Amino acid sequence: MSTIAAVIAEAGDPVLWQIVRLSLGVSVGATAIASAAGLPLGAALAVFRFPGRVALILGANALLGLPPVVVGLALYLLLSRSGPLGALGLLFTPAAMVVAQAMLALPIVTALAHRQVADLWRSYGDALMDLGATRGRSIPVLLAMGRLHMLTAVLAGFGRAVSEVGAILLVGGNIAGYTRTMTTAIALETSRGDLPLALGLGLLLIGLSVLVSMVAFGLAGRSGA
Amino acid sequence: MRLRGFVLGLLACVAAAPAFAADAIVLASTTSVENSGLLGRILPDFTASSGIEVHVVAQGTGQALDMARRNDADLLLVHDPEAEQHFLDGGDGINRRQIAWNDFIIVGPHADPARVAGGHDAVAAFKAITRAQAAFVSRGDRSGTNALELRLWKAAALDPKSGAGSWYRDIGGGMGQALNAAAAMPAYTLSDRGTWLSFKNKGPLAIVVEGDPQLVNRYDVIELDPAKHGDRRLQDAAKLAAWLVSADGQRAIGAYQIDGEQLFHPSADAPK
Repeated sequence: MSTIAAVIAEAGDPVLWQIVRLSLGVSVGATAIASAAGLPLGAALAVFRFPGRVALILGANALLGLPPVVVGLALYLLLSRSGPLGALGLLFTPAAMVVAQAMLALPIVTALAHRQVADLWRSYGDALMDLGATRGRSIPVLLAMGRLHMLTAVLAGFGRAVSEVGAILLVGGNIAGYTRTMTTAIALETSRGDLPLALGLGLLLIGLSVLVSMVAFGLAGRSGA
Repeated sequence: MRLRGFVLGLLACVAAAPAFAADAIVLASTTSVENSGLLGRILPDFTASSGIEVHVVAQGTGQALDMARRNDADLLLVHDPEAEQHFLDGGDGINRRQIAWNDFIIVGPHADPARVAGGHDAVAAFKAITRAQAAFVSRGDRSGTNALELRLWKAAALDPKSGAGSWYRDIGGGMGQALNAAAAMPAYTLSDRGTWLSFKNKGPLAIVVEGDPQLVNRYDVIELDPAKHGDRRLQDAAKLAAWLVSADGQRAIGAYQIDGEQLFHPSADAPK
């Protein structure tokens, strides 16, 4: 009860909605980048044959378990003013958090897209080639055929991005009103001993994830998949 | 069509990225100041009067000092006199000024297995906790609180590491994490009063030792040396430091209360 009360008490708070907006903005941006790179990459790994291909596939699958805190630390050292990319001034900005989450989501999108497109390629590859398509021209066709699976890959990437806390805490700094997201706010409220509010924010985050999935599948369903 | 829209949207995201870049000063501070809620209350006053936005990154004092050394902060607000002196000696910082003080306390379970409740001597309490092998949570994170805890063990001529794995529990976390752990075990721990007063999951814990002069907790603001950190926004940072020690800033610090209790005593004029 106190959990629900805590969230209702915060519901009218503009600070809360700013945190929700930032969380969604950062994670949607990261997922968009990871998908734009990961879907074609995963498909290419399924369709083309080239040296290093197996290593890339193994790499993408191995990185499914990439620890967020390691990504955060590596990115922190890169983006620090005394690091190689310090001149960009990206440390402790939302942009740094987008990059961190995109790095975490990319292997997931790539590995899942590869698995599905590899199946489709086995079934329809010969037919596509007989119709005169090149391997490159086949990729958009295969991605379109497997679009519901691609959507699952994208949503898995989004789930990874929106739920992680280790990386964005390091590169975002959990700055109030600027880089504080749902997950870092949950960590902060836990450390302040406000467990009902922390739990309430957690439930809100889960609710938002459900909403994003529903909207995504709703759009996919309407497009005739 | 849909693909083109997607790509255009993506390009817009990338193009918008530079707009994210910070145009605010970064204040590296401690978890005890952040968790107490003080900065969230007083910094809007400063921003309103100066037009300078402040981004607070809260870590343990040791980490905050490291962050400034790496040139990732514009100003420091920390509470570990020894580590601060080391930082100043290293040529990174200038113009250290005390802005406030409060005190540390030892909290522990109501059951009080080490029989230290009501005491005013932290070293004696640490000795009693060791004798009783009562559970004790250490921050273990090079924070100012952790540094004081280790000094107290030294003053007691004890090595708590001998209790590691049994009663001495080094959790490697912030003040709130340590209090959560202590409440759950339950265990004794050293806390700053600000975090304790604002902490909402006290459970079976209560203050057992307070009022020891060794437990005074001084908060200092330290500016960075332009000779080493000239590319940071040090002029704006100096304005914030000046505001914190000014009459306005000191009044704002002193006015911050939780449940009618004052968390920080302004001390720029008369350092403790």
